[in-house]
Amino acid sequence: MSKDEIIAAIRKNKPAETALPSIPAFTYAQGELLPTFITMVEAGGGRVIEASSPDELPALASTLFPDAEIIASSLPEIKGNVRLSDIGQPQKLEPVDAAVIRGQLGVAENGAIWASEADCGHRVLPFITQHLAIVLAPEDLVCNMHEAYSRIQVNATGFGLFIAGPSKTADIEQSLVIGAQGARSLAVILLPRTD
Amino acid sequence: MKQHADKAADFLRNEARADWHDEALWFVRAKRDKATHGVPEWETLRELASGIKEHTLSNLDGYLEQFEANARQNGVYVHWASNAAEHNSIVHGILIAHEVKRLVKSKSMLTEECGLNEYLAEHGIEVVDTDLGERIIQLKGEPPSHIVMPAIHLKKEEVGELFHEKLQTEQGASDPKYLTEAARQHLRKKFLAAQAALTGVNFAIAQTGGVVVCTNEGNADMGVHLAPLQIHSMGIEKVIPRAEHLGVFTRLLARSATGQPITIYTSHYHRPKAGGEMHIVIVDNGRSAQLGRQGYRNALKCIRCGACMNTCPIYRRSGGHSYGYTIPGPIGSILTPGISLERYSNLPFASTLCGSCSDVCPVKINIHEQLYNWRQDIAKAGHLPVAKKQGMRWAGLVLARPKWYGAFGKLARWAIRRLPRFMLYNSLNLWGKGRDLPEPPEQSFKEWYHKNRIKK
Repeated sequence: MSKDEIIAAIRKNKPAETALPSIPAFTYAQGELLPTFITMVEAGGGRVIEASSPDELPALASTLFPDAEIIASSLPEIKGNVRLSDIGQPQKLEPVDAAVIRGQLGVAENGAIWASEADCGHRVLPFITQHLAIVLAPEDLVCNMHEAYSRIQVNATGFGLFIAGPSKTADIEQSLVIGAQGARSLAVILLPRTD
Repeated sequence: MKQHADKAADFLRNEARADWHDEALWFVRAKRDKATHGVPEWETLRELASGIKEHTLSNLDGYLEQFEANARQNGVYVHWASNAAEHNSIVHGILIAHEVKRLVKSKSMLTEECGLNEYLAEHGIEVVDTDLGERIIQLKGEPPSHIVMPAIHLKKEEVGELFHEKLQTEQGASDPKYLTEAARQHLRKKFLAAQAALTGVNFAIAQTGGVVVCTNEGNADMGVHLAPLQIHSMGIEKVIPRAEHLGVFTRLLARSATGQPITIYTSHYHRPKAGGEMHIVIVDNGRSAQLGRQGYRNALKCIRCGACMNTCPIYRRSGGHSYGYTIPGPIGSILTPGISLERYSNLPFASTLCGSCSDVCPVKINIHEQLYNWRQDIAKAGHLPVAKKQGMRWAGLVLARPKWYGAFGKLARWAIRRLPRFMLYNSLNLWGKGRDLPEPPEQSFKEWYHKNRIKK
């Protein structure tokens, strides 16, 4: 069997065991988190909107997506007009103009936001939608990827991801184009926790 | 077969284009520098990444078995392939079992290495590459010329012409924004119609049995989440021990590759979607043999960022296609001799040994040292071309005899000054093909030393 052959070849050929290095804590001052995060999201082509209460969300969604006919949301505060729980075939989400999902944690050093499939409402939603907004609590910012991975559990759900901006490409002559195969825009809504 | 130097000469015939290629890649290198300078612990991260990979390679069997067990527990089907042919037939088998006729694929250098597209096409399955750069070269019928930017060798006008022919865009249109939008519309249809999606793998986590895929376009996820069947093909060297190690690698990868702080999407796949199926194919294809080559096993640490290509003065001025292998540039030149010492014997010479590749490598592979070592192995195995072999022989004879050396030096200084150009620059002077000989000094250092120091 190929597995046995491969494992046997590795055993025969591998070098003497070396120690696994431990990763030190690389952290900077907490006060810098928010401005750094905002700068990085903007550098990645996204924009940041600061909200103060969940009641503002529906109005905010309308301002953000004035032309959107079909809005899907994984947050109870924003109704939208797609019931994600009824969507069986992911292809049915193709007409979605705008989606709002929840982010669990934001990373200051690169503007990336972690969302599990539960936060996304549907695995394909953050990609297939034309425009995306992520609601994130500023309390859930961490300084870097080390801290991020120590907070999240990557296998808590079957799928999870970091999103750091709108879909982009530079595959034609290195010129940057926003809106490749995924969402054409990203808005990060910072909403302080109420609990 | 044309050698690297011949194909590089072809590439350089169009000087304006060669300059443009050189500058486009140097621009990416400069972005990489800017991004890395923003991380004070950059060098520590490189050390860590190298150390984590070193440790993983030293227990690769254990981590792969742990990865497999955990993936199976997650409800994932795990397959093992010793070589490219087995990989292709496993993938084909999965597709047949699901009656798949249309497959979408995100970037995977491994499937390029295995020739999967051609194999599946022969068996009547439509394969659509969904990374924009990959789709461009697929439509053009060319291999990638770079592992991160597969179509970096093409001008926008050429892409415009290609899209006009294949995707019915307006004639003469070459605006990247317009062309990207056309590709988006075209690929959306392909995503929606696909019955299966295949991706490469950036990292496989032993502890959790999941795989991580990094893209900027979101094309891997569009494919994976829309199609009921998902397949991930990975080389055995992609495994890392734990999720916490992703902290190190995600900080290094995109900064090294394109100068971004992280790729737009970093997707972690652990379990199939409801009603779907998830398969992982673990491929050896020469990697376990590479693990046994003591001086060269470090090359297996590579995370495919492409930084060594962007910085390489030879790559930038010869183009990816001149290497004749899926993975070009410095890293390709140390991976290929292990595949066939004879066939790729010219690649370790496609370098000035300047060492810039090793300096930018995020996992600290000693690329330029390996290039130098491969040269010794190639010479010992008798794969040097005649000119190089004879040149070395004569140089060896002269350099071993101080009197000959002195005499030849004198002769050369006289000849370069006095002889007409046609006698100096001819078919015997390979070095002078693209370069002028240096201005000869009045005297050798030895002569100068005897005159000025010893007499006093």
